[in-house]
Amino acid sequence: MRPTAPHPRRSPLRLLLTAALAITAPGALTACGNGSGSDPDTVEVSYKQSTDNQVRVMDTFLADVKKQFEKANPGKKVKLVPIKAPDSEYYTKVQQMLRSPKTAPDLVYEDTFLINSDITSGYLKPLDDYLADWKDWDQFIDTAKTAAKAEDGKTYGVPDGTDTRGLWFDKAIFEKAGLPADWQPKTWEDVLDAARTIKRKVPDVIPLNVYTGKPAGEAATMQGFEMLLYGTEGATAAGASDPLYDEKSKKWKAGTQGFKDALTFVETVYEEKLGPEVSDALDPNISTRVRGELLPEGRLGINLDGSWLPQDWLPGSGHEWPEWSEKLGLAAMPTQNGQSPGKVSMSGGWTWAIPDKAANPDLAFKFIETMQTKANAQKWYIANSGIAVRKDVAADPAYAEAQPGIRFFTDLVSSTHYRPAYPAYPKVSTAIQEAMESVTTGDASVAEAAKNYDEELKAATDDQVIEE
Amino acid sequence: MKGQTRATSGPVPHPALRTATRVLPLTPATVLLLLFLAGPIAYCAYIAFTDLQLTGQAEDSFIGFENFRTAFGDEAFLNAVWLTLVFTVVSALLGQNTLGLALAALMQRASKPVRTLVGGIVVTAWVLPEVVAGFLLYAFFRREGTLNAVLDWLHLPTQNWLYTLPILAVSFANVWRGTAFSMLVYSAALNEIPKEITEAAEVDGAGGWRRMWHITLPMIRRSIGTNLMLITLQTLSVFGLIWVMTRGGPGGKSQTLPLFMYEEAFQKSMIGYGTAVALLLLVVGSLFSAVYLRLLRTEV
Repeated sequence: MRPTAPHPRRSPLRLLLTAALAITAPGALTACGNGSGSDPDTVEVSYKQSTDNQVRVMDTFLADVKKQFEKANPGKKVKLVPIKAPDSEYYTKVQQMLRSPKTAPDLVYEDTFLINSDITSGYLKPLDDYLADWKDWDQFIDTAKTAAKAEDGKTYGVPDGTDTRGLWFDKAIFEKAGLPADWQPKTWEDVLDAARTIKRKVPDVIPLNVYTGKPAGEAATMQGFEMLLYGTEGATAAGASDPLYDEKSKKWKAGTQGFKDALTFVETVYEEKLGPEVSDALDPNISTRVRGELLPEGRLGINLDGSWLPQDWLPGSGHEWPEWSEKLGLAAMPTQNGQSPGKVSMSGGWTWAIPDKAANPDLAFKFIETMQTKANAQKWYIANSGIAVRKDVAADPAYAEAQPGIRFFTDLVSSTHYRPAYPAYPKVSTAIQEAMESVTTGDASVAEAAKNYDEELKAATDDQVIEE
Repeated sequence: MKGQTRATSGPVPHPALRTATRVLPLTPATVLLLLFLAGPIAYCAYIAFTDLQLTGQAEDSFIGFENFRTAFGDEAFLNAVWLTLVFTVVSALLGQNTLGLALAALMQRASKPVRTLVGGIVVTAWVLPEVVAGFLLYAFFRREGTLNAVLDWLHLPTQNWLYTLPILAVSFANVWRGTAFSMLVYSAALNEIPKEITEAAEVDGAGGWRRMWHITLPMIRRSIGTNLMLITLQTLSVFGLIWVMTRGGPGGKSQTLPLFMYEEAFQKSMIGYGTAVALLLLVVGSLFSAVYLRLLRTEV
């Protein structure tokens, strides 16, 4: 609220009313509608536009598909509705749009992180009938097909690629520290030892970055914590199920040793000052700084991060750094003690889904078909540094050679994990970030943080928890 | 306003008719207000008593006072209430209010160019959009920021202010941004004090401080009350500034109620709970207002 003309005798009641409106306004669920559905010949496509004005990868790609679609389907029109927001705010906006037929688009870009949650809310339409008649669906790899499969066994989205995660390291720093240029750590200890060596021999750089805490959000959970957790002894033992969620009892796991081990790794990184200064690690802009400043300026030794980083360094992206492939090396994240299968990766990705309240679902699926032809899919993976989920594209040498690093990250798909993306997951993820944050700052010991997590977990999942 | 009724001449219309002709033109506005202002507020009040979620839920249900019980049992909520009070007292009551009054008083005596310059600078901070101001102050306070550059130059120890003193850093930011408003209110009030009174006091030998305490402050009492009420309500709902600078962190050390509400409602998708917190924020605002109104009344 910004009052305009101050006047001593202004009615206090009216002021209160104005204040009340200002305070409660964020809670109101009225999203501005742009009246979808009135025109049966127009398909409305909502997507996430980069918050960086210089990054236009998706806009360019969709504009091209729109042209193809309108040419192949005379009389039909495509209306692109970009939503410009950071991840967490994008989800919120989309969910608000999906609540009403007035605002629901015909096609929406959904993160696999939240898709199950949105399915439970009844926001999305099952696509099985469409997929059964679509030849290209057979080209999608099986793990990707399950990315948008709900607990009811139906599929609600078509993935447009995936991602994997690993260790990026600065070759020049490694050389100064006397570490090998073809570094491939076998255990967590190898990673920490390399960081300790860097700290000793190249003191003016940050040895190792592991995202942590609430400000980094899902990056802390997925690039940081889960890359550790899914490589712990308990998670890789024969017959082990997901370390966070037990499929059989449909409950979340509390009190596991793996959870504590992963937290201990995070604690070690920050306690031994192997990571960024704690205050920098908890800066909300840390991931932007890693990509934009720390790595390109040679100030970071090892970075545990995702396959998409080069997207920011491509020509035309505004932060061009084509030499990155000579300056940086890539290594798979090892398991805790080098136990089989030896390496860990996490995968997520985004899918195209049709809202339950979409006015033109048939047309929307047609648009997916156009977007996901082999040629278009390949164009898209290359443009956004994505990892192929189509077998025909993955086998195409033109794709594998399009960019350094693609082959490395595509190979990780064989040892990758998906998050238990059930409706409670976003809250569980926040609880993980809080646990990480408290050991990072030293406010809590690993045991205390793990205990707090168990309590938070109960609250977040309505007591659907099993103790191990 | 006084004397207006007497000035009316000619035949006096029937009171009912007069009321009707006065009220009729207001009807459309009233209906619109009820629809778009009272409507959403009532809806919000309703969902505060449900377990409505933005996602992850097939149906919502009425749960009575459960959300409020949760809030008062939630350490993070109590922490947010405390920080909201600190933020409001430090940045609005102490910072914006006194600084605004001091600037206004000093500018009364300043020469015109100085007045224009200072006024211009202060008002610029106020005119800047909240988010832009947030980024400017983030750049000022961050570890490689302007403040540390200055401290370093003076050979004083530097630190990451947003990490070590987050609530004071955002409070300072809010003072920086909001002082102009108080300054304008007080400038207007000071201008209305008749010159004769201050001159008479000066002749009687009252010094600057005594004049301030015994003449100026009592005479602008009403403006002080209004200003305090407005800036308090404004400060209670500050969101963008803190969001941009610290996101409520680290570890919730600058998470005031609006940020807490946002996190619960939109990041954890608990719309029902978030709205309940919004209602509680409203209560905090009303309490402050009630105190100010009370103060104003007793001194009349």
